[in-house]
Amino acid sequence: MADNREFFYRRLHSLLGVIPVGLFMTQHLVVNHFATKGEEEFNQAAGFMASLPFVYVLEALIIFLPLLFHAIYGLYIAFTAKNNVGRYSYFRNWMFMLQRWSGVITLVFVAWHVWETRVQAALGAEVNFQMMENILDNPFMLAFYIVGVLAAIFHFANGLWSFCVSWGIAVSPRSQQIVTYATLFVFVALSIIGLRAIFAFV
Amino acid sequence: MSEQKTVRFIITRQDTADSAPYNEEFEIAYRPNMNVISALMEIRRNPVNAKGEKTTPITWDMNCLEEVCGACSMNINGKPRQSCTALVDQLEQPIRLAPMSTFPVTRDLQVDRSRMFDSLKRVKAWVPIDGTYDLGPGPRMPERKRQWAYELSKCMTCGVCLEACPNVNSKSNFIGPQPLSQVRLFNAHPTGAMNRDERLETIMGDGGLANCGNSQNCVQSCPKGIPLTTSIAALNREATMQSFRSFFGSDHAVD
Repeated sequence: MADNREFFYRRLHSLLGVIPVGLFMTQHLVVNHFATKGEEEFNQAAGFMASLPFVYVLEALIIFLPLLFHAIYGLYIAFTAKNNVGRYSYFRNWMFMLQRWSGVITLVFVAWHVWETRVQAALGAEVNFQMMENILDNPFMLAFYIVGVLAAIFHFANGLWSFCVSWGIAVSPRSQQIVTYATLFVFVALSIIGLRAIFAFV
Repeated sequence: MSEQKTVRFIITRQDTADSAPYNEEFEIAYRPNMNVISALMEIRRNPVNAKGEKTTPITWDMNCLEEVCGACSMNINGKPRQSCTALVDQLEQPIRLAPMSTFPVTRDLQVDRSRMFDSLKRVKAWVPIDGTYDLGPGPRMPERKRQWAYELSKCMTCGVCLEACPNVNSKSNFIGPQPLSQVRLFNAHPTGAMNRDERLETIMGDGGLANCGNSQNCVQSCPKGIPLTTSIAALNREATMQSFRSFFGSDHAVD
């Protein structure tokens, strides 16, 4: 890497985590939520997303390229930290460590999830309600999906907090605390949406 | 009360910068109002360990003895702090002393804190006024701003924030919270602000500001109560603006 690119890479990493990756995840969870209304509704919504014009371009620019950068650079960030919650068990230090753990869990989950759905679709399988029902039929996979989805949502919600601090939006201790509460709300709200969708397939 | 009260210490020692560390136990007579330094001085007077063997006196750094110089920082019962203000009466025994792990050990409890002074040089943590003629008085600083800046100026380069930071370690080149807050201090000074852009560009370099992962241990650990994470977040905002100014070009490099 060229000299003095770190600031740019870090800020890019922070930005891409929210726009577009975080926004895409939110959109994805919202579309999944159609599953609570029934098979028909879900298939229609998923079918609409899959039949968007320029879908390959949209996928590459909004999902895969930003996600790849965020994931690979994020792994580098995660493994350069030396966690010390044993000595410093402060709330933010816990969040710091959980942000790194949840990121790694999310990466494993997303890699598997993309393989199981998007790659299979490219190989000819049809991504629909039936497919998810079959996957989540297995109790191990159900647990894996619950952990993966919650890790991704936590990583996004807490990442929103660090985004606000990293870009200098929340500066004072009070403003950072308010953002903590706001992102806690994001975590709870998206978790309800995500879990309701998962259990709709069970 | 014939039983003599004693104080027990387990001290991590190291004979040279390259040799392996080892623990040595000491037991010394209790005196009221002892601090860790007076205990270390007591051991130095009679360097005999708990087993009764003669040993070498312990090496440590100290200077002001009133928690303003930052020299005597060490890990006391696992937490980095100044040994001059660590009162024996308030510590759980045995008292465990170890050198701060973020810095290279010179000997025993003495560490080399040069990296922090090098950082201060890198970020130009001073107000440049040297020249060939008298420039006259500089711009005035509002009194309330001076009072606010005074809090940031309390930094004594003790190294506790670097020791507490999970992102300051051998795998990372992060300079740590201490020099960053000094950038905010000197950029707040009316004359120091004339080099605002240079300091910002420096901390936007590799190992700089962007390496902060916001664990916020530093602000919890700072013995001087410096609002380090507020400084970092404020610098994040400044750096955002500075990156726009330097990318798009601006007529407001320093104002």
